[in-house]
Amino acid sequence: MQVTLRIQRFNPDTDTKPYYREYAVEVEPTDRVLDALNQVKWYQDGSLTYRRSCAHGICGSDAMRINGRNRLACKVLIKELGSKITVEPLLGFRVIKDLVVDLEPFFDQYRTVMPYLINDEPPPARERLQTPEERELIEDTSKCILCACCTAACPIFWTTEWLGPAAIVNGHRFLFDSRDRATEERLAVLNQRFGVWRCRTIFNCTEACPRGIQVTRAIEQVKRRILFEQG
Amino acid sequence: MTTETVPPGRDTAVASTRGFVAYRGYRPPAGMLSWALHRITGLGVLLFLLLHIVDIFLVGYGPETFNKLLFLYRHPVFRMGEIILVAGLYYHAANGVRIILIDFWDRAAQYERQLFYAVIAVFLAGFIPTAVLMVRAMLT
Repeated sequence: MQVTLRIQRFNPDTDTKPYYREYAVEVEPTDRVLDALNQVKWYQDGSLTYRRSCAHGICGSDAMRINGRNRLACKVLIKELGSKITVEPLLGFRVIKDLVVDLEPFFDQYRTVMPYLINDEPPPARERLQTPEERELIEDTSKCILCACCTAACPIFWTTEWLGPAAIVNGHRFLFDSRDRATEERLAVLNQRFGVWRCRTIFNCTEACPRGIQVTRAIEQVKRRILFEQG
Repeated sequence: MTTETVPPGRDTAVASTRGFVAYRGYRPPAGMLSWALHRITGLGVLLFLLLHIVDIFLVGYGPETFNKLLFLYRHPVFRMGEIILVAGLYYHAANGVRIILIDFWDRAAQYERQLFYAVIAVFLAGFIPTAVLMVRAMLT
């Protein structure tokens, strides 16, 4: 089938502001949006710039706005969208070129929550064991691939500099890990003025997450943990 | 060291995805609509409260001044405004309960959309009879 891709273009060397360009491509209904973008880049306009790496929904490189919602281009099928598809870069970040945005602020926020296991106790002879119940607590937030779909979907993030959903999800992943010992430090980071309390439970993050993580629920769990443990 | 020249207008183009302009760039899911309505009704109710404080303050200048201004409240435009105010109050109250549930009940996050539809149902159930009564009072 033939679809029209309306892509937001921006070249910082020649353009003063972003503009839209339309491309007609021939694709199968079961193709992904990424396949359509590849069609454009490989056969029509080699200057089109976007990130993609694994193309199988795991690396999180090709997060972009597809028909106004944050999605991974490699996970959305053409048949879910119809014959007119608008592709734009993620909101809330500086556009470097076309669909590529500067995610450095995103990773800066991510690093502040100390997204790694902190435990100074001498390691046991075997691995640090968890019960299935303990593992269940971090099951959902362990799935994050850092694609930035959630953070770039957050209306609060568009206007205010705050941690953003992704950083909190990764804080949650270690905060609720029974093997982690840095609870105090992590709660202190998340309890800052621009920590979890900026969340207004809008649920755009949950809707956008390509991994199906209950993002807002995780943020609320962190809020309650601060409320009941530090209150 | 090299110096990069930045063409005029480039900064504004680059910065355009941050700030309130971003609202227009996203197709709002139900949750975003509920939040936007909550903010708008919240601001509307606040605006009325400020007005209300001013008119109550006028009692201090004696009953005559106060009564003289009451014509405002009988004006059809103001009474239409009152209906809108009631709508805002009902929505803000119902959605406020939804937000409290989300904050304190872990399962509520999974049902936020259904809760939003419940908010709309509660809003309509409360607002329609009230609006009928208010319009009837306006006409008589």
